Amino acid sequence: MKQFQYIRPATQQNVLDAITKSGTKIIAGGTNLVDLMKRGVTAPDKLVDINHLPLKGITPTKSGLHIGALALNSVVSENALVLQKHPLLSLALKAGASPQLRNMATVGGNMMQRTRCTYFYDTTMPCNKREPGTGCGAMEGYNRMHAIFGASQQCIAVHPSDMCVGLAALDAVVIIAGKKGERRIPFVDFHRLPEDHPETDNHLAKDELIVGVEIPDNNFAKNSYYLKVRDRQSYAFALVSVAAALDISGGLIKQARLAMGGVAHKPWRLYDAEKSLVGKAPTEENFKVAAQIAMQGAKAYEYNAFKLKLAPASISEALKHAAGVV
Amino acid sequence: METKTKFGNSEGPSRVDGRMKVTGRAKYSAEYSVKGVTYGVLVGSTIAKGTIKTIDTKKAEGAPGVLSVITYLNAPKIPGYQTDAPQPKGALKIFYDNQVYFNGQPIALVVADSFERALFAASLVSATYDKGEHQTNLKANIANGTAPRNGKDYIRGQEDAYKTAPIKIEQEYIIPTEVHNPMELHAIIARWDADDKITVYDKTQGVKSTQRSIAQAFKLPPENVQVTAPFVGGAFGAALRTWPHEIAAVLAAKVVKQPVKLVLSRADMFTSVGYRPHTWQKIGLGATADGKLVGITHEAAGQTSAYEDFTEGVVNISQLMYACPNVNTKYKIVSLNVNTPAPMRGPGEATGAFALESALDELSYAVNIDPIELRVLNYAETDPSSSRPYSSKFLKDAYQLGADKIGWSNRKQQPGSVTESGWLTGYGMGGGLFGAYRGAATVTARMMADGTLILQTAVTDIGPGTGTAMVNIASELMGVPAANIRFDMGDSSLPPSPTQGGSQVTSTVGSAVNDACKELKDKFMQLNGTNEGGSLDFVKILKDHNLPQLEVTTSSKGGAEQGKYAMFSWSVHFMKVLVNPVTGVVKIDKAVSVADCGHVVSPKTARSQIIGGSIMGTGMALMEEAVIDHRYGRLVNNNFGDYHVPVNADIPQVEALFVNKPDPYINPMGAKGMGEIATIGVAAAIANAVYNATGKRVRDLPITPDKLI
Ligand SMILES: Cc1cc2nc3c(=O)[nH]c(=O)nc-3n(C[C@H](O)[C@H](O)[C@H](O)COP(=O)(O)OP(=O)(O)OC[C@H]3O[C@@H](n4cnc5c(N)ncnc54)[C@H](O)[C@@H]3O)c2cc1C
Repeated sequence: MKQFQYIRPATQQNVLDAITKSGTKIIAGGTNLVDLMKRGVTAPDKLVDINHLPLKGITPTKSGLHIGALALNSVVSENALVLQKHPLLSLALKAGASPQLRNMATVGGNMMQRTRCTYFYDTTMPCNKREPGTGCGAMEGYNRMHAIFGASQQCIAVHPSDMCVGLAALDAVVIIAGKKGERRIPFVDFHRLPEDHPETDNHLAKDELIVGVEIPDNNFAKNSYYLKVRDRQSYAFALVSVAAALDISGGLIKQARLAMGGVAHKPWRLYDAEKSLVGKAPTEENFKVAAQIAMQGAKAYEYNAFKLKLAPASISEALKHAAGVV
Repeated sequence: METKTKFGNSEGPSRVDGRMKVTGRAKYSAEYSVKGVTYGVLVGSTIAKGTIKTIDTKKAEGAPGVLSVITYLNAPKIPGYQTDAPQPKGALKIFYDNQVYFNGQPIALVVADSFERALFAASLVSATYDKGEHQTNLKANIANGTAPRNGKDYIRGQEDAYKTAPIKIEQEYIIPTEVHNPMELHAIIARWDADDKITVYDKTQGVKSTQRSIAQAFKLPPENVQVTAPFVGGAFGAALRTWPHEIAAVLAAKVVKQPVKLVLSRADMFTSVGYRPHTWQKIGLGATADGKLVGITHEAAGQTSAYEDFTEGVVNISQLMYACPNVNTKYKIVSLNVNTPAPMRGPGEATGAFALESALDELSYAVNIDPIELRVLNYAETDPSSSRPYSSKFLKDAYQLGADKIGWSNRKQQPGSVTESGWLTGYGMGGGLFGAYRGAATVTARMMADGTLILQTAVTDIGPGTGTAMVNIASELMGVPAANIRFDMGDSSLPPSPTQGGSQVTSTVGSAVNDACKELKDKFMQLNGTNEGGSLDFVKILKDHNLPQLEVTTSSKGGAEQGKYAMFSWSVHFMKVLVNPVTGVVKIDKAVSVADCGHVVSPKTARSQIIGGSIMGTGMALMEEAVIDHRYGRLVNNNFGDYHVPVNADIPQVEALFVNKPDPYINPMGAKGMGEIATIGVAAAIANAVYNATGKRVRDLPITPDKLI
């Protein structure tokens, strides 16, 4: 790998100053960045280590739960407040990677992890995300893991995170620090679709730092579930995954949240399916209807057509688990 | 003869090198510290077929720490590569000419003073090519398959007799490429000690064969090549031969005049050390309505490289496994722009068993007979291929043991009829066989004055616990506690032993250990003037005769029995699976493997062998698959993130059982091999269990969730 500089600025402000220069990259757990550097996918001149910044806390706020950008995936998944208020997030985190990786991986790094598309990783292959204008290797290639929603002619890659699917379902908010101070954006608007710029995964500016996420309080703790379908029982990315959260009272669904992983360039919220469930009884029939609604607009490629069947099946299965009707 | 089965099915002694392995004191080939060592990193081609037009090494040569960049343009000639007559096919000659035969073929070796610098410089090497039209797709090229040069079609009785039988099964079965990926990466350190003398610390299954290959390539007297490999971190067939990267390291050490260490990266492993080849098979089974086999037809076509013919016994199992009057088999190889395959645990048989044992399962439903019963109905009492009697066969005992252990009586013949907590559940079984051999080996046995018994032979231990087994054999014979026995191995300067492979080491080397110990004991008896070997006090006898030690070197090999009897090890595997009816996810709930491999000389390590084989078969059944993007002829999953092998969560407690009845003819211990049979039949057992659970028959591995929804 290319020689690079490594710095560890003392304060958040120093970090923000350091990352204004092009060729710099933040390093947190390093579990994704270092792999990408080894494979020659990215070659920063300077790494800015942020691990010592005070961004590890998990603390209740007036209206929700704040989780620092440097909180470890393993720590978040075991945290008492998370388990109590948002067990869905814990399930999603534990479905990801391996215990060793979760012990290094951070919340911010997890959000910023790049696609696992094999054409993105192999620098001898075409990839518009890695090298704009070279074409999409996956479009007519081996696209078993690829998108069925929101893809473009430029890119059919998926975002690989499990945690993010949970956070998207839970209406989390991202807290971002920049030169001009802090801004907050809804988690669902953080990642973007590929459109004509697949090289850009999300709306974080180059000189910004994720400082944390906040999950608003909700009534989903009792009825939520994360279902991940994968090729082996652990340590594999999702073929599809579903985060399902229901607020059930008096035998009726008052609110529903659904998001999917492994199907799009970003965690994929299923708004129409959610709406269809409101006011309905939590029955398998209603879940199946919602799953069908969710599939509108889905488009498959040569090797991932199975997702057109697996995705709706997984949605209703996840809903059944969330509702406790299995 | 009956040998004492001292340990029976009990645990027995632990691995003699277990403590060294878990404390990190066992040294593997990359771990030797060699003075002045430099580091090599390979650069692979990015096309699958064609010629190298230009290759730019300037930038790499100018990078910090780089000592040399070796390509076909500047590589010194390797004497063994030079032949008068052009050879049609053979092992890949590294840095020989500008020909590219597969994607990832090494086109350069960068040597630098540190690994990191070599790695970086390797990224600076670039090449241009004249691209040829590559072929990497087995399916598209099956019609171009050819019969291997010395392979004959096999016929017993009538050809294609299955076609006219009352009950007929005719199906195609496909296995994808499964790449050799033992935990230890292949690694070699090469150091020239003089112009015509070299030492290599090398990952190899056979120090003697590596010695011969390197000597041949560099035209050296074999004794001038020292090969050291006392520990090997798994190999499964991947280190049976000397690969081009090993020759490259030896060559590079000559070029830079310093020792060179070359450790393959995980990605390199996918194109450098072989694999179980992608193979298409077709089985025709004919039977009477009451389940008696009338005919078996087994055809197969496996991929090989464009430069070398690799063949394996895919169809042999159909000739050997069942009593069937009419059997015919055909085997073809299909030359593609891929690297050469290699034997992988249960080579050929594991592939063939997937097809045959799946087909037999299909037949069991067609005739509505329990799969075990069907096999017993067609049980071969003598070898159907040679008509010779078996030296021993207790496969029926194995069926019984396994069926009892897994709870076979809970199985329902009707597929898809049982659920447990919402998951479909089913049982399946599949078996296999592998030839049992005894080759030649020489062992030195030396009793020291302090009572330590030293055994020496060149054999390597790729993980099965050869040292442990040998110590157990010697301990039983000599009455010396295992702790007082040292087994020296994995060194080409020691007396000759075969390469570790083909499930023959315990039989071959064990016999030599047995014979050497007997001879040593005789020598002690002579000294002592007794013919009572039971209670010899070796230390006292040495002292009485004022001897510092007493030693023998004994050669030993199999006798005429091998011609008189058909010798095989047998296995049967039982699986209980759960299949999620919605997501298609398969979970193995119970796994039981039973081996009929004669007397078990080292119960603990034997158990690990069987467990490992079962897990390997599980990977084969459920997840392993090397995928090539045929547009580029390039692998798209050459890493452990994308190429899946089982993890702990995929594997239940695997029960390993042994019939443990000695074979009276094969060798003095009555022990047959078990390395291969541990895997042979596992994939079929899982596919059969999945069918029993779901009613879905998957004939192309791996059985991933998408194939079941
Ligand atoms: C073999 C393997 C299997 C895996 N399986 C899964 C899986 O099944 N599911 C899953 O969800 N994930 C999986 N992962 C991915 C894993 O979750 C990510 O690698 C991890 O979350 C990244 O976090 P990190 O802190 O190590 O990030 P780093 O590697 O340190 O950084 C990743 C990126 O984030 C940027 N970054 C980090 N922190 C910040 C910040 N605070 N502000 C702005 N930018 C920042 C970095 O600049 C970099 O570009 C797997 C990874 C591996 C290697």
